[in-house]
Amino acid sequence: MPGVESSIDQFESALLNVDRQAAKDILDEAVRIDPQEKIIERLIVRALDNIGKKWETGETALSQVYMSGVICEELIADFTETQSDSHLQSAPQIAIATFRDHHSLGKRIVLSVLVANGLKTMDYGQGVEAETLVRKVQADGIKILLISTLMLPSALHVPDVRRRLEQLGLDVKIIVGGAPFRFDEALWRRVGADAMGRTSSDAVEIVRQMLEDIK
Amino acid sequence: MRLESMTPMERTLAALSHKEPDRIPLFLLLTMHGAKELGLTIKDYFSESRHVVEGQIRLLEKYGHDCIYAFFYAPLEVEAWGAEVIYADDGPPNSGAPVVRKYGDIKSLNVPDVKHTPCLCKALDAIRMLKAKVGDTTPIIGVAMSPFSLPVMQMGFEPYLRLIYEESELFRRLTDVNIRFCVDWSNAQLKAGATAICYFDPVSSATIIPRELYLKTGFEIAGRTLSQIKGPTATHMASGRSLPILDDIVKTGTAAVAASRLEDLAAVKERCRNKISVLGNLNGVEMVRWTPSETEQAVKECIAKAGAGGGFILSDNHGEIPFQVTDDTLFAIGGAVRKWGVYPLDWIPADE
Repeated sequence: MPGVESSIDQFESALLNVDRQAAKDILDEAVRIDPQEKIIERLIVRALDNIGKKWETGETALSQVYMSGVICEELIADFTETQSDSHLQSAPQIAIATFRDHHSLGKRIVLSVLVANGLKTMDYGQGVEAETLVRKVQADGIKILLISTLMLPSALHVPDVRRRLEQLGLDVKIIVGGAPFRFDEALWRRVGADAMGRTSSDAVEIVRQMLEDIK
Repeated sequence: MRLESMTPMERTLAALSHKEPDRIPLFLLLTMHGAKELGLTIKDYFSESRHVVEGQIRLLEKYGHDCIYAFFYAPLEVEAWGAEVIYADDGPPNSGAPVVRKYGDIKSLNVPDVKHTPCLCKALDAIRMLKAKVGDTTPIIGVAMSPFSLPVMQMGFEPYLRLIYEESELFRRLTDVNIRFCVDWSNAQLKAGATAICYFDPVSSATIIPRELYLKTGFEIAGRTLSQIKGPTATHMASGRSLPILDDIVKTGTAAVAASRLEDLAAVKERCRNKISVLGNLNGVEMVRWTPSETEQAVKECIAKAGAGGGFILSDNHGEIPFQVTDDTLFAIGGAVRKWGVYPLDWIPADE
């Protein structure tokens, strides 16, 4: 399928260069060529996926991952004004928070990619403590909780979240991510998480698998 | 095991001159562990200069490593700009609400007067007292956030990234005031007795921005800043990657660079050989759970990769050892350096 496929590299390049206009032009052209194409999934999600994976291998930088997410959020917002938002699932079962730490860049990036992938996700903000987090999870009926951390001490408090969830009898899957988990591959198991994502693409794949398992 | 023949200062200076000292210098970059030594909370510990002085001296005597680390905590500098510091019982203090809440605030920022800002004076007093205690026997490492990386704490990471890409005029204004502050703050530490300044610049790392952007921002800023700092500097990416920009970092005039755990220490050393020295790159996060044998293996691996020919100081890769790292592990690191780090390193196979 030549239309969208041939545009992915150009679109990715526009995003890496933080060139909004070029990205928009490529998106508009792809829609013009084939209005029936699932443009968000075929172009935006794939480009973000490539960029995220390249960060893991050191080929792209975090600033590019972040700005690509920002631009794609803007493009999706414009695009869905004229389309239905059926790409988003109806009932959010997923939430994300920056746990105890106050730098929320990692969470923002993952959230952008989850939403681009149609996975409606509640944003619980940053600097969230275990008690507040678990109370929100219970109130919202969350089934999958993504926890982002920057500092090691925060990561070491994830067992507190797990313990509180179990005390309330809540069956919630925990996915962790962030610097401490990237520097110690064994840490996510030690803190009682169900999975660890190194990139936003990982997060999408893990969430999708968990949603399948929950069904 | 041979007796050590050099002071920590002599050992460090030899290594920085790309010569082999009696053994590999070991910089245990300990900050919060001083609080444990004194039986204080982290907040109480950093509330007075004399606590930090006592803590650093006790750590030096206990572990026999090769530096005094005069670093209090990362948000100290934004505290000077009026930001709140949030303390924790089990980790480093965090910066609270940003001082730059909207881009327009950048226009009215005034550079803090280093000599009359209480939190900075506290750190300078600590350096003076430490210098009085150790004289020229042990290097005292001061710390300054780079003018390019400080804004992450001044305004938050996301707004700052957008500022870099989208608001060039305000970015320049923020850079200019931060350069003035960084130079003043660094030189005040040197004047108080610091031997060198660790220039923390994680935003410049290849983990955070691409090289093309670095050359227009962090590289240019480092050149302008380091040239005004009246003493040696070591550039630290705080776990971020430096390999793709190593040749550029060399040109900034820094004397050393810290290697990330995410990259091959041998490759970093090779690129820096006889140009600038290398610090690194023990994994501080894994260090929390290391067994004695894992500790020894990690130290041995770093020495094998980067020790030959001098130009190498063993340290963690982040610039601050986590509070949770135990005394036993710190002792084991020191023991392994004394076992495997004595020059000549003739146990290393020639092909390594």
